[in-house]
Amino acid sequence: MSAQLAAIFDPGFFTSQIVQVAATVSALAAVVCGTVGVFTVIRGQSFAGEALGDISTTGGSGAFLVGVGPLWGFGVAAVAAAAVMELIGIQRPRGRDLATGIVLGAGLGLAALFLYLDSVYHNTTGATVSIVFGSMFTIASSAIPAVIAFSAIAVCLVAALGRPLLLSSISPELAAARGIPVRLVGVAYLLALAIAIALAAFTIGTILSTALLVGPAAIALRLTRSPARAIAAAAAIGIAATWLSILLAYDSYDWYHQSGKYWPVSFFVVTLIFLGYLMAGLPRRLRRRREIAPDPARG
Amino acid sequence: MSEALSNGSAPILAVDEVSVSLAGREVLRDVSFAIESGEFTGLIGSNGAGKTTLFRVILGLQAAHGTVLVGGAPRSRRNPLIGYVPQKFQLDPDVPLRARDLVALGLDAHRYGIATPSRARRARVEEMLEAVDARDFADARVGTLSGGEQQRVLIAHALIAAPKLLLLDEPLANLDLRSGHEVVALLARITSEQRIAVLISAHEMNPLLPVIDRIVYLAAGRAASGTTEEVVRTSVLSALYGHHVDVLQVHGRVLVVAGEAGELADTSDHSHTQTQVEIVS
Ligand SMILES: Nc1ncnc2c1ncn2[C@@H]1O[C@H](COP(=O)(O)OP(=O)(O)OP(=O)(O)O)[C@@H](O)[C@H]1O
Ligand SMILES: [Mg+2]
Repeated sequence: MSAQLAAIFDPGFFTSQIVQVAATVSALAAVVCGTVGVFTVIRGQSFAGEALGDISTTGGSGAFLVGVGPLWGFGVAAVAAAAVMELIGIQRPRGRDLATGIVLGAGLGLAALFLYLDSVYHNTTGATVSIVFGSMFTIASSAIPAVIAFSAIAVCLVAALGRPLLLSSISPELAAARGIPVRLVGVAYLLALAIAIALAAFTIGTILSTALLVGPAAIALRLTRSPARAIAAAAAIGIAATWLSILLAYDSYDWYHQSGKYWPVSFFVVTLIFLGYLMAGLPRRLRRRREIAPDPARG
Repeated sequence: MSEALSNGSAPILAVDEVSVSLAGREVLRDVSFAIESGEFTGLIGSNGAGKTTLFRVILGLQAAHGTVLVGGAPRSRRNPLIGYVPQKFQLDPDVPLRARDLVALGLDAHRYGIATPSRARRARVEEMLEAVDARDFADARVGTLSGGEQQRVLIAHALIAAPKLLLLDEPLANLDLRSGHEVVALLARITSEQRIAVLISAHEMNPLLPVIDRIVYLAAGRAASGTTEEVVRTSVLSALYGHHVDVLQVHGRVLVVAGEAGELADTSDHSHTQTQVEIVS
């Protein structure tokens, strides 16, 4: 029994510092993404989230160029992009796609330049991969205080917006009729979204960041009926997915003839979330089929 | 507090000489009417007559000339005296919001932060769900409810904060005859039970005729108001439209039939002109 356990949980797993740091950072990112992501899905702003994630590539590569931590680069790029989207008109349904598309194009152009300069000046291609696809096992423990600060800001922001955010996400008209400043609430929410994206990008890479933002929230929406439960479920699903991924990636070290390399954690995260989403849809599918199928007892 | 309001001399809603221009076009012109507590008033007008615009003016969401007094005081962005059920409300079925969550939001959605659950709060929500006969689907997602069920939940959302004036924008538009009757009966009951004033818009007045005390008829940007008998008359509506219309009673229903557009209102004989049904209310 303990031999089997040892096969799954490598003896060094729990004491490994890279695992501890990865688990801490990913749990915080998952909680923030769960909290923010449920609103992203309700508000139909997944595309904006995706764009902010892509654009944070610009910040990550820029940060690498000037030699500061990538989290700060992701954060600055995402918040700046969110601000421009707001100015272009993300609050209108049609303006939303337009604003996102325009900002996305401009941001990615810069990212192409920065990534090129990174490879020229630092003579490395590893940076590109770790910015775009993440590299959880190389996160320095010194990054944790900043991750905690980012997480606290985002969660507190959403909690403070609370009911006005929920009502304006459901019906801007009902919210406006109650005197809620719908646009201002939207701006504050966009800030929380940018921070969540920065954390997700830091954890699983810029391109995959929306998977952590939207994926667990989408699964939670299939499983729960009330907003509070959806947020709790999304956070829990995010933590489960990332922690299980860390375990799988850690074990993958031995998979290919002791190749001496870990599989990317991000691969497991997005795969597990995708499988989770399919599975969350299953019960409903089955239930529907059973309702349609003729009752043999009556036949 | 409610006594002071309902017994006071000031009407709960006084609209005086309100004019609104949108995109250079005058949508409402010198609209005036008043509503007293406990009254059930129908706001009747065809598509584009300005019903929603007038509601937005009363809610303080639309700038306008003229004055609007709610409970004797000038209108403000957030007026706890007003409950509102909008014309457009759609929610995807996968949005995690139960009927009871939407009703609870009616209590204090304007307050920042998260609601602290309490027994009193739950009881109030339960009571409201009961009042609109929504107990059966209280735990279903709002997006999965039928139009009539959603309408009842929205009414509960608007009523739970105990407003003195309830504005409903075309609540019957998407309902079949039976659901429409149910909602109208529900509103009539609540109006008399809670002594609140109801202003309900519709493009079709007949379903409302049995219950409404007064009518505000919007046409050509202007309004005529009074009791149904006072307003729904050939002379009054012809003056309002600016051309001749006939008010007919057919099998207990009221039909407003207009002559060809552009014709001048006159007492002259119209029998030879080809008439077309412009508004059938
Ligand atoms: N934001 C706007 N800009 C310009 N014109 C507007 C705007 N909103 C409404 N209008 C115009 O004002 C007029 C009144 O619109 P309103 O929505 O108040 O009509 P309504 O009576 O509610 O119609 P319906 O029965 O179709 O809901 C319409 O002609 C409409 O085109
Ligand atoms: Mg309207």
